[in-house]
Amino acid sequence: MAIKDFFVIPKRYRTWSLALIGIGVLSVIVGFIFYGSGGHGTPEEIMHHKTRFWATLLHNSIYFLLITNASMFFIAVTSLAFGGWQMSFRRVPEAISAAVPVIGVIALIVLLAIALGGHHMTHIYHWTDTAAVQSDKILKGKSGFLNTTFFTVWTILAIGLWIVLGYKTRKLSREVDNGGLQTLEQRKKYIWRNTVWAAIFLVWFALTVMSTVPWLWLMSIDAHWYSTMYSWYTFASTWVAGIALIILFVVYLKNNGYLEYTNQEHLHDLGKFMFAFSVFWTYLWFSQYMLIWYANIPEETTYFKNRTQGVYSGVFWFGFMINFLAPLLILMRRGSKRNYTTITIMALVIIFGHWLDFHQMIFASVAPDHVEMNLFDFGVALGFVGTIMLVVGNVLSKYPLVSQNHPFMKESIIHHT
Amino acid sequence: MAIKKFAVGCFDEEGVLFDAVKRVRKAGYKLHDVYTPFPIHGLDKVMGLRDTSIHTAGFIYAVFGTVTALSFMTWVFTSDWPLNIGGKPMFALPAWIPIMFEFTVLCSCVGMVLTFCYLCQLAPFVRKHHFHLRSTDDLFVMVIECTPKTSEAEVSTFLGTIGAKEINVQRAETGWWLGRYDREQKLLDTRTETVTVH
Repeated sequence: MAIKDFFVIPKRYRTWSLALIGIGVLSVIVGFIFYGSGGHGTPEEIMHHKTRFWATLLHNSIYFLLITNASMFFIAVTSLAFGGWQMSFRRVPEAISAAVPVIGVIALIVLLAIALGGHHMTHIYHWTDTAAVQSDKILKGKSGFLNTTFFTVWTILAIGLWIVLGYKTRKLSREVDNGGLQTLEQRKKYIWRNTVWAAIFLVWFALTVMSTVPWLWLMSIDAHWYSTMYSWYTFASTWVAGIALIILFVVYLKNNGYLEYTNQEHLHDLGKFMFAFSVFWTYLWFSQYMLIWYANIPEETTYFKNRTQGVYSGVFWFGFMINFLAPLLILMRRGSKRNYTTITIMALVIIFGHWLDFHQMIFASVAPDHVEMNLFDFGVALGFVGTIMLVVGNVLSKYPLVSQNHPFMKESIIHHT
Repeated sequence: MAIKKFAVGCFDEEGVLFDAVKRVRKAGYKLHDVYTPFPIHGLDKVMGLRDTSIHTAGFIYAVFGTVTALSFMTWVFTSDWPLNIGGKPMFALPAWIPIMFEFTVLCSCVGMVLTFCYLCQLAPFVRKHHFHLRSTDDLFVMVIECTPKTSEAEVSTFLGTIGAKEINVQRAETGWWLGRYDREQKLLDTRTETVTVH
């Protein structure tokens, strides 16, 4: 065949991914020496350092886990909607979702360490302090949900099922690589099986990322506070960043002469997704903010007081600018969604913007007094970027880049926006 | 507006139409428009039409809506008639954002619909000339404008060679017109000349 079937990992790509992983590992080691081990100072300072160390790991592992898992969500929704346009590059989100097991295990270790380490190790999850919970009416009321047993079981279940269902979906997709599906009946049956597995994944996704998981992992940092918008907000954030990640890999492969059937039309639709869900994120951002601002109840406003009036207001509003205003004004034009350079820059901006937003969601609660973002945070983030690059590159090089025998392939080739 | 002559070719297949449009443009005839019963993907590209700028108009209407809503509410609530609502500041921006958003959408969509009607010359009581009534049913109608240099007989023959099933030459007025047509949609001062080629 004339087209390039398999991705051949360029030497530079491998070097870069390994170097980034090296930076990540080095950052964790250096971070452990300066922060994680406690360092010097008063007991409060030592606790603050430990909290800072684990919160950074929490921030990065959750963020990168959720944006890679968003790729599986992309596959599931397009399968369930009988979408055909994404077929020409569907192997890219599949490969990205293959990073979920790796990052999932890292995130699992971090989450369980923080939850089981309890109040003596860090001051991240206030509800792990059993003595405080006993004398606190609100936390006592929530203890049926916010307790270490449920947290552990649910976290293992959530990450475990994402891995299993993702594996199953990828396997189903690779099944047709060596022929098969000769008759219409076989094709119908294949599509039906895809639909069923996508539906199962989506149900589990709704029960985890769209509801319980952000409550447990992130919202419970402010154990007294709650917002019904929070899970949707987190989902929207990781979903738009997940699309941006898919775009980056598609553009990279396209620039290196792969993905022959993918063109501006597909990029245009991905860009539309990125534009639309940036606006959707803002809608949830505003809905959460306005209700709390309007009602002005002290127990609810605590969350935004740290963020809009405290030292985090700079990070908070800057994040709002680059996650809303920039995509709105730049991605609105048709031409910018079809331009490889513009869309790449916007994808990078969005991935960084939502990373920053996650930083603010976690750190304005665990360390509200001053913004401490430094090279440690960026180093750990780069480590995860390197991990994603390595895993995705490996998976892309192992399996054909285009699912030639999929029944919807032609629909994608002639796709026209 | 000026009354012009048009050579009209009717096609009953989409595939034939696409080739025909390409060949008409290649031959250098002035394509007036193609009327189809349903939107055809890619036909605008083949016809060489530029992208519509109605979305730019929509953006301008939207900005107008946002600015109007914001400035009006600011004027009302801070200087004209300040009210203390729940102890909120007079300039209560978060509470106005839903209204600004709604007004933006309203201005943008109503403005775009009106602009679209203007560009397509649609308005109440405006009689439009139909080159062929079946273009709303099952026929693809291609209309070529006859310039002083165009020979009607030649263009009619040409339309026949590229697959038109029915060919005629009509006189119609371009642009806006009001009440110059009778009930049968015929121009009052001229008659339609019909040349049929088989």
